Amino acid sequence: MSSRLRIARAVARKDLAVEWSSRVVINQVAPFAGVVMVMFAFALDNDGILQRVAPGLVWLATLFSMLVVVQRAFAVESADGALDSLRVAGVDPGAIFLGKSIALMVQLFAMQLLLLGCAVVLYNVNMSGVGFLEAIVTLVAATCGLGFVGTLYGGLAAGVRGRETLLPLLLLPVVAPVLIGATRSLEAAFGSAGTATSDGWPWIGLLAVFAVLFGAVGTVAFGPLVDE
Amino acid sequence: MSEATPTSNEVVYLDNVVAVLGEFPALAGAHLSVSRGEIVLLQGPNGAGKTSLLRVCAGLLPVERGTARVLGIDLTTQRDQVRSRVGLLGHQNGLYMDLTVRQNIAFWGSMVGATDSEISSAMSRMNLDGRLADVRASKLSAGQRRRCALASLVVRRAELWLLDEPHAGLDAAGRDELDSLLRDAVKAGATVVLASHELDRATTLASRIVHVDGGVVS
Repeated sequence: MSSRLRIARAVARKDLAVEWSSRVVINQVAPFAGVVMVMFAFALDNDGILQRVAPGLVWLATLFSMLVVVQRAFAVESADGALDSLRVAGVDPGAIFLGKSIALMVQLFAMQLLLLGCAVVLYNVNMSGVGFLEAIVTLVAATCGLGFVGTLYGGLAAGVRGRETLLPLLLLPVVAPVLIGATRSLEAAFGSAGTATSDGWPWIGLLAVFAVLFGAVGTVAFGPLVDE
Repeated sequence: MSEATPTSNEVVYLDNVVAVLGEFPALAGAHLSVSRGEIVLLQGPNGAGKTSLLRVCAGLLPVERGTARVLGIDLTTQRDQVRSRVGLLGHQNGLYMDLTVRQNIAFWGSMVGATDSEISSAMSRMNLDGRLADVRASKLSAGQRRRCALASLVVRRAELWLLDEPHAGLDAAGRDELDSLLRDAVKAGATVVLASHELDRATTLASRIVHVDGGVVS
């Protein structure tokens, strides 16, 4: 196994061990995401409208929750100067980026499965077998993009004063393509407003391009960004 | 100001080194030579350039002028390469508070592909085996966290330890223990350069005291 992959795996395992130990995502972020879904249901209070807008609500809840998870992922790094120590020790920044991205993706994917379940239960969403498959592929593609972008911008904001408010300002505009693509794709998977499942695949392609682009950019740019 | 001359056993060799921090001169013609197995203590007032000197040796602060070699690596052209062989411990310990001592040290070990026995050995050398191994870093005392950070230097196989105020935040027993650990590390092959205001420590711990003032080493 190459040095970069070995270090990326160690960083991902470490981040997941931190989460398993602290249970912040399980005990706080996931319930927050569930509450957001319930609040959407209270606010709209109409089955027809909820079914129509369910895909967008799933992704909005994902993005809000992701902000908390990303901030948490870098708060544990800066609490005792661990990220600085990794950089000082000359650890490959591309490997740190990949490892943190993978850990973020695992947490986001688990949360999105929960949100998908909430949409089915709360918003009376129905899916065919092909629709379910398309929904899962959408989650995977969108999660990869969100994981890479979240890690890149989380690292950028980590050393800045006022990072709690800066991160949403920086991150949300950048993930707009994911919000649009994932919502359209999930609409096709849900069959919202009569869309066919085949309409979703081009959007999944867009999500995949986004993920590859930010994965490549992040691997190269993470080190200089964190050092600055 | 004493001129340094290179030796075959040198770990650090700085000759007339100038380094700049932002717009301000951090080192103004520093000369320093450290041989393998030495414990060198940097002393001087606040802002004298002690931390800058450590950061130059760690490859973090670029050398503007002069000759600088650490572990035989030229810092003017290859300073990134020295980082993996040097351990710099500043005011923070670089620990993950939600992980146990064992998990923290194992993580650092995984950065260099250390085996389980190397990880256990590093913990044992820093008296972190037994009951403490499975305690979260957030539950440790300041001294225990320092030991944990030093164990990460051991498991990373750092050949040169650069320590900035390592005694800060430790009680008397913790300071004695740290000194003992540093002597053990040197016996095991490490070289230590530390910056400290602790004059009483200097006479008992360091094999040599170097004074730094105004970015000049003497």
